[in-house]
Amino acid sequence: MTTPPLDGPRPKGRLRWPFTLRIETRLDSPRGLATWVSIGAIGVALLLGALVLRLVGGDPWQAYGHIARAAFGDLGVFSDTLVKATPLILVGLACSVAFRMKLWNIGAEGQFYMGALGASVVILSGLVPESASRPVTLTVMLLAGMLFGALWGLIPGWLRARLQVNEIITTLMMNYIAIAFVNFFVFGVWSEGGFQMTATFQRSAWFPRLSDFADQWPGLRGLTTHFGLVLGVIASAIVWFLLYRSRWGYEIRLVGDNPKAAEYAGVNITRNTILVMMVSGALAGVAGMSEISGVVHRLQTAISPGYGFTGIIIAWLAKLNPIMVVPVSILFGGLILAGREIQPAGVPRLIQGIILFMLIASEVLLRYRIRLVRVAAEG
Amino acid sequence: MDPVVILHAGVASGTVLLFATIGEILAERSGVLNLGVEGMMLIGAMSAFSVTVSTGNGWLGLLVAMLAAGMLALLHGLVTIHFQADQVVSGLALTFLGVGLSLVLGEGLNKAGAISLLPVVTIPMISAIPILGPILFTHQSVMVYIGYLLVPAVWFYIHRTRQGLDLRAVGENPTAADAMGLSVQRLRYFYVWVGGLLAGLAGGTISLAISPGWFSELTTSGQGWIAIGLVIFAQWDPFRAALGSYAFGALRRTILDIQGPQTLFTLRNPFFYNPYLGFFLQMLPYAFTIGVLVLGSRAAQRKHLGAPAALGLPYVRGERGH
Amino acid sequence: MERIPPMTAVPLAVEMRGIVKRFPGVLANDQADFDLRRGEIHALLGENGAGKTTLMSMLAGLYKPDAGTIRLRDETVSFRSPRDAIARGLGMIHQHFTLIGPQTVTENILLGMDEPRFLLKLRDYDRSMAELGERFGLQITPTAKIWQLSVGEQQRVEILKMLYRGVNVLIMDEPTAVLAPQEVEELFKTLRAMAGEGKSIVFISHKLQEVMAIADRVTVLRQGRVTAPGILPAATTKEDLARLMVGRPVLFAVDRKPVHPGEVVLELDRVCADNDRGLPALQRVSLTVRSGEIVGVAGVAGNGQREMADVITGLRRCTEGRIRVHGEEVTNRPALRMIQIGVSHIPEDRTHVGTAPNLSLTDNLIMKTYREPPLAKGFTLDHKAARRKSVSLKAEYAIQAPNVEVPTRQLSGGNLQRVILARELSLKPRLLIAMQPTRGLDVGAIEGVQRLLLDQRDAGAAILMVSEELEEILALSDRIVVMYEGEIVGEVQERDPALIGMMMTGGKRAPSEGRAA
Repeated sequence: MTTPPLDGPRPKGRLRWPFTLRIETRLDSPRGLATWVSIGAIGVALLLGALVLRLVGGDPWQAYGHIARAAFGDLGVFSDTLVKATPLILVGLACSVAFRMKLWNIGAEGQFYMGALGASVVILSGLVPESASRPVTLTVMLLAGMLFGALWGLIPGWLRARLQVNEIITTLMMNYIAIAFVNFFVFGVWSEGGFQMTATFQRSAWFPRLSDFADQWPGLRGLTTHFGLVLGVIASAIVWFLLYRSRWGYEIRLVGDNPKAAEYAGVNITRNTILVMMVSGALAGVAGMSEISGVVHRLQTAISPGYGFTGIIIAWLAKLNPIMVVPVSILFGGLILAGREIQPAGVPRLIQGIILFMLIASEVLLRYRIRLVRVAAEG
Repeated sequence: MDPVVILHAGVASGTVLLFATIGEILAERSGVLNLGVEGMMLIGAMSAFSVTVSTGNGWLGLLVAMLAAGMLALLHGLVTIHFQADQVVSGLALTFLGVGLSLVLGEGLNKAGAISLLPVVTIPMISAIPILGPILFTHQSVMVYIGYLLVPAVWFYIHRTRQGLDLRAVGENPTAADAMGLSVQRLRYFYVWVGGLLAGLAGGTISLAISPGWFSELTTSGQGWIAIGLVIFAQWDPFRAALGSYAFGALRRTILDIQGPQTLFTLRNPFFYNPYLGFFLQMLPYAFTIGVLVLGSRAAQRKHLGAPAALGLPYVRGERGH
Repeated sequence: MERIPPMTAVPLAVEMRGIVKRFPGVLANDQADFDLRRGEIHALLGENGAGKTTLMSMLAGLYKPDAGTIRLRDETVSFRSPRDAIARGLGMIHQHFTLIGPQTVTENILLGMDEPRFLLKLRDYDRSMAELGERFGLQITPTAKIWQLSVGEQQRVEILKMLYRGVNVLIMDEPTAVLAPQEVEELFKTLRAMAGEGKSIVFISHKLQEVMAIADRVTVLRQGRVTAPGILPAATTKEDLARLMVGRPVLFAVDRKPVHPGEVVLELDRVCADNDRGLPALQRVSLTVRSGEIVGVAGVAGNGQREMADVITGLRRCTEGRIRVHGEEVTNRPALRMIQIGVSHIPEDRTHVGTAPNLSLTDNLIMKTYREPPLAKGFTLDHKAARRKSVSLKAEYAIQAPNVEVPTRQLSGGNLQRVILARELSLKPRLLIAMQPTRGLDVGAIEGVQRLLLDQRDAGAAILMVSEELEEILALSDRIVVMYEGEIVGEVQERDPALIGMMMTGGKRAPSEGRAA
């Protein structure tokens, strides 16, 4: 119930415009409005991006066309897009889960790296012998990736739950620490011939990929989409199930919406904070492991062109819905893939930034409604 | 590992953090959290360098840097104050925007510039004071001296002027401030903008004075985020901000220098013999930031200090009466 | 009640005539008249929702009346904002102070003033503030920070703020609600001093005792209407005032079967607790509720009822004393435990505590039951069962919404309450804590809810009901206790609204059990 404002703006002068704009809180949410608003926001973002490109002397339409072709033009590039989308799905899920509880996990990038490290450690340390079978090897790598990622999420989660330390900054700092940590192993401990990478892992540590089956189906030749995508889709289903069909997911959503009501309902917020951060970290860790096993097959620097941060945008664009994360990730995967060839180098990042900005700016349309109201003559 | 050298460099690079931290302090004191500092700093660095290289005027470059970053800050203000979007996400979006924009617009910028593009000054007489002289007043960029003056000036502004009183009121209790006739929105816009100006100044200081040149993202390498953490450590006070900033600057220099000598305090220097340990040194500033946050949170809880009470919360003129 | 003939020689400081004010769904002031003489302390008496604050808010410039006139010393005025009003010498001190915690007294007083424009010579102003305080007998330390001050001292700062701005008519809204007894005395001394200097004071309150002690004249409001215009306290009695405040009960045609209370379900044994500000809110409260009975807690909101509900349901720490449910010691057990042993809670704050605004109707309805079968199957939530349950609850409790998927923030206040009732009552609780169960509902719905409560009682539930509506308390309760200033001031045997009204306002204490030692 809102009290009408004390005084509307008084029209000045003789000419009285008999209407006034009144901004009211929206009481209903027309079906599909959210989707249209999001699409509209992206549209505006792309236009703005085009403007900037034009300013720098580039040809925006050529750039966009190139992106479209380079990402979705034929089966081969689409396959590459899916490869890029795979870690994005997982990181997007990681962010979605945390954001659902209003835990701002900006550390998906670091958790990604730690997951990659974990997966690599079990191979490079010899824990998993070269002779082990592929399923065993991959499973151990997966578990290690999840574990390392979960640990990396646990630390800021605990600090937030117990000491009320702001998780935005702690997770962010952990990113830098993780990257330095991984670098130590890459350059120092396991460096191959002094280069910035370790030795290539044995075949049993590689995810199966489509091109492995090219003998049977020649059409699959050269397609690099790997098993990680399957993991991503499975994870998306699991997260959906967790959030909407499990008791724990219900608690997460409840705490995220109204912590006081959650308290009233008897939910343990401290425990949930820690657990959710661990799950979020684990998911990002799987992304890291997937990149190791599916793409680079060794530990190296710069495994991630900022997946962790893109994941934030993906989560927001998908409105924290685990199913929507998949198509959105594919979209962004295409952007990242094609963006590598675009000059200037910052364009994909810029467009991502504009998109996110327009998205949050557009949310105001979901909360308020502008109406043209006839104003009675002033008494 | 000369302490004088370390502290000297510490003050120099700490000045960058100082500007950014104080800018964010002002914004947060008014109640608005702006996480986009990294993006604003980068835009500042890029524009300062670009303008200076083309016009030859470092001061003009700084001015443009400040205004560019200020504009970004105003965008954040619009979205959070008027549209009441979530301040956290908006700040993150601003970071992406700022980083992306500076990379795109800075494309092709000549990366040259090992010499400072702004005057480097030694103050006569004072620089002869033992210990402090060589560190603080000898051969420091003019920006460092600006930093020295800025700290007490901002303190004075916050605590001894009417405007500072209004600033504090708006961030602590916007309802009360509104009731007393202050325009909460207008003040918040202003201080968010000022925060942007200072972040731009910080960026310009890097690319023109401290590490002259343009090195894409490495120009700032996360200092914007460290500044945000320092704000909490500083408990929103300019003097503590200076303490933290200079300490961090010194830390960064220490990290560089510690790998040089063969012996460290008469013991075998592990960092010399195993250069890969340097990566752990790289972690230090970030680990320290976390430590600083933990300390800051506990101190706040203990001493009844802490963030401006309305920080991060959008202000809506509420329902009156019942 | 005698009417004092107006002293026509002296112009009234304030004259309000025929004031009408409407808010969506409620008529807050109905043709109210009010006048204030120079140098008098005039009390405005009434229950919560009687319209006192609204009436004075218009005087203070916060609202404009829908009808009626306001005159200041024979001049008709219309305020556009509180600043306007203050410029004309009218200021209001609200129940919730507008002070900035980490700032000093002087800084708070200076906030929002035009002078000084830039430099704050705090030391000089500190001295001025101290002098101003002395003039009116207000002891303050200008350099103290607000958070360091006691509530009484903070109130003095608020008063000084007004005096500094040259206010001549000071309106104080429930000033003693947050004060300790000694502080009340201090305040009264201050008010008398100010009146002596020619300031006029309006004292809004629901506390009879204090009104009788301090006021020169009293105006009583009930449901937006003036029931007693500016009468002399000496010319009336507490009983009369109570009746004017509270009115006659309209006994609903609710048939309450005679009660056969069973065993003791809830026991509060000298329970103490603090409020959100850290001040004591419950003072050694002792209470029992048996199964099959409704114990009604009468009292004006803000006298500890909320803290009592919180303590029983595990949402607040009890600092002293014991709580037992069915003989089981549950003092300071967590909320989850209380839910598990069958305690239901209809909270006072529907939107911020009772529901999750962006979650669906279904999600809100299962808040207490999701941990147990049939809704819980292992780790999962059986969403089909949840939906079925919520559809049936929606029908049973007549919740008006397009479907069960809508987010509850779209529901009206009354419907939100229905959601909460549906959720809590359908649990067939052994103990139900019901805070303001029918607030905001229309008459038909109120009847329905009361019927539901009685049904629960007949089924053996023990119900502790807190309500501001005395009629409701009288109609539904098997036993009635009255709360005032954090204590149970007594259990009422005779259902006399005047008596209860007096107890609610501190006028009388019943010599019975329930009173702490």
